[in-house]
Amino acid sequence: MLLSEMKEGQTGVIDRVGGNGALRRRILEMGVLKGSEIYIEKYAPLKDPLEMIVKGYHLSLRVEEAAQITVDDVK
Amino acid sequence: MPQKSLTIALAGNPNSGKTTIFNNITGTRQKVGNWPGVTVEKKEGIVSKYGYELKIIDLPGTYSLTPFSVEEIIARDFVLDECPDVVIDIIDASNLERSLYLATQLREIDCKVLFALNMADIASTRGIKIDAEKLSELLDLPIVFTIGNKNEGIDALLKKAVELAGSDIDTSGKRKVKYNKDIENSISELRSFIEKNSGISLPYKTRWTIIKLLENDEIVKERVFQKAGDQGRNIIQEVQLHRELLADRFNDDPEIVMTDERYGFIAGIIKEVLTTITKQRIDISRNIDLVLTNRFIGFPIFIFFIWAMFQLTFSLGAYPMEWLDTSVNWFSMSLDGLLPDSLLKDLVINGVIAGVGSVIVFLPNILILFFCIALFEDTGYMSRAAFLMDRIMHLIGLHGKSFIPMLMGFGCSVPAIMATRTLESEKDRILTILITPFMSCSAKLPIYIVLAGIFFSAEAGTVIFCIYFAGIILAIVTGRLFRSTLLRGADAPFVMELPPYRVPMVKSLIIHMWDRSKMFLKKMGGVILIGSVVIWTLSAFPRNIQYSHDYVAETNSVIALYNTEITTANGLDRQHIEKKRDAAIAELEMARKSEKMEKSYMGRIGKILAPVFAPLGIDWRGSVALLTGFVAKEIVVSTMGILYLAGDKGSDTLKNALLSSDMTPLSALAMMVFVLLYLPCLATVATIKQETGSFKWTLFSITYSTSLAWVAAFCVFQGGKIIGL
Ligand SMILES: Nc1nc2c(ncn2[C@@H]2O[C@H](COP(=O)(O)OP(=O)(O)OP(=O)(O)O)[C@@H](O)[C@H]2O)c(=O)[nH]1
Ligand SMILES: [Mg+2]
Repeated sequence: MLLSEMKEGQTGVIDRVGGNGALRRRILEMGVLKGSEIYIEKYAPLKDPLEMIVKGYHLSLRVEEAAQITVDDVK
Repeated sequence: MPQKSLTIALAGNPNSGKTTIFNNITGTRQKVGNWPGVTVEKKEGIVSKYGYELKIIDLPGTYSLTPFSVEEIIARDFVLDECPDVVIDIIDASNLERSLYLATQLREIDCKVLFALNMADIASTRGIKIDAEKLSELLDLPIVFTIGNKNEGIDALLKKAVELAGSDIDTSGKRKVKYNKDIENSISELRSFIEKNSGISLPYKTRWTIIKLLENDEIVKERVFQKAGDQGRNIIQEVQLHRELLADRFNDDPEIVMTDERYGFIAGIIKEVLTTITKQRIDISRNIDLVLTNRFIGFPIFIFFIWAMFQLTFSLGAYPMEWLDTSVNWFSMSLDGLLPDSLLKDLVINGVIAGVGSVIVFLPNILILFFCIALFEDTGYMSRAAFLMDRIMHLIGLHGKSFIPMLMGFGCSVPAIMATRTLESEKDRILTILITPFMSCSAKLPIYIVLAGIFFSAEAGTVIFCIYFAGIILAIVTGRLFRSTLLRGADAPFVMELPPYRVPMVKSLIIHMWDRSKMFLKKMGGVILIGSVVIWTLSAFPRNIQYSHDYVAETNSVIALYNTEITTANGLDRQHIEKKRDAAIAELEMARKSEKMEKSYMGRIGKILAPVFAPLGIDWRGSVALLTGFVAKEIVVSTMGILYLAGDKGSDTLKNALLSSDMTPLSALAMMVFVLLYLPCLATVATIKQETGSFKWTLFSITYSTSLAWVAAFCVFQGGKIIGL
């Protein structure tokens, strides 16, 4: 499933980060990469961006970008 | 004997406490704030310690040595090109895993690295335990725990750094990330290729250069070309072959694979050194966010905060302003009584005090405004504001992070424009730089307070708020306009760390205020003082003017006329006539003064400008005041103080002088709108030039803002007249 489809309070494990170029690289470098566990903390009041917890810190990402990331084991 | 000197660079992820530690070591007061991207240029400090002259460099934060945004490139270039003796990697201990990513890269460039595990306090309250000995052993480097904001462990850190610099260990043999077989193969094949072609000289260490080339790092590629010339082309070609090979093998770009590998290496280390006591704790920061970024009340609270900021600035600031105003008046009056009449006295009272005094009273308001902005920055709310606003900013084709410079713009445009360095996309940066001056800065505040206070007394607060709001709206409109014309391009992504909330350090807030006051007073003693003297001189000279009437004779004849009446009248009538006489004399005197003013140098300049401003309802004195505002916006009030006050002696305050001039509430409003939008001050223009690196954009910004200002003020004034205001 896509990261952007996850609901608040769900956890998952990153499967693949899609997209290309510098942004994809940066997302990976920030620790959002295959195998990382993530927790969706919340969506902003206007539903975009979202806030998630990865590797123990809070990271915010636009829904658009989250739609490039696939996740497994969503609970 | 001159001391030996050592260069020590502080590197690390954004918001890990580099500047806090830098300030502790060097005793300076660089800006600290709880959001990623506070420091955007490298800062230097020098201390003498342990027998060395230590040059400490505070770098902007960076997540990796892959350049992404301007300020990250600054950090990377420094570490690579200046080769500091030691790099201290300041690590947020509560965020170890991600921090190690940069650490592994620092290790790869073969410089002497040591770790400061900062925020040790937060790590331990979160139940994170780090086995420093083990970590130190695994990575083979010294480690010191520090708590930056309590100045703990800093001395030990510095001592270790000096020791490390003095030791002659060979860093190249130290443990680094080992990539998988295929990548390591490519690396060694490329290495032998380079060694075979003995003519090739590389800009950096061989292994690192190869790794970066495999990662397709544009900047390193360029440097290789520069350094190795034609040979460079051969290397790049060879690398390209390997890149294709690896891409085939892994079904993904080599740089991505290598990022994975580094995190794999880090995971191994983390497993050995990090234990988390998984006791369920209350995370205060998350609870605060349940409220502040709440789906329903997040926005209302945000708007409330902004409203409260301005409310405090105006209403709370009004009291101390009143006191200052009284003191300035008292001072001016006592001097008036003390000094004998002379040109010098005129200069002091009508030049310096009228000029500087009219601005200095706004110090409290400005301090309160900056205090509020500092609160946003230090608590961690700044990044939440970006988080909340991203969607809206996205609509105008901008980035949530662009909102941070905009908010800072309420304080001063100069640091605000510098803060755009954290934006990754060049177009976003330029766009944000173009719209930031519309966020009305604190130096314009005095102008609004004077004009709104006088002409809209009861609704002054609302009027000023509307002016600010108009600035925001025009910033948005401008953004949208340029996004779809001049600066078209894909939206930059929004990837931002949200740091935990922190209680702001009172000391740092006070220091911040103190520094601000000093800056403000310096400005008063410098540019505003000089400006006031110049303006006074231009308006007081030439001394002998050809008057259109013979005022002296007229005055005498008036006196003679009334005096004959007085001698014939009696009692009450006499007093009545005396009053009439004095009024007539005063009127003549005023006419003389204003004619003198109009014929002064200032008046002549004003007369040239007047036609441009006449359609906006601004008279020649207002025009001159606006012109002088280019130097610094505060001067507008100073100039008005000098020009309007000198024009009529009857009133002792700017308020009365303005009320008795031609200015109406409508023209005051037009003037405020003009001030809001027209060309930014000299310092801002210089910053725009520096940050865009382009003369064209600077010129564009000036022209655009000034034209917009004229058109908007024109609409306000003429429109207002039409609807009969
Ligand atoms: N609790 C705690 N807070 C700290 C510590 N060190 C720094 N801080 C706080 O962390 C925040 C960030 O500090 P800075 O020194 O601005 O961080 P920086 O690394 O220079 O950040 P950038 O310039 O944005 O890269 C500030 O609010 C500091 O007060 C620490 O050891 N413990
Ligand atoms: Mg800093």
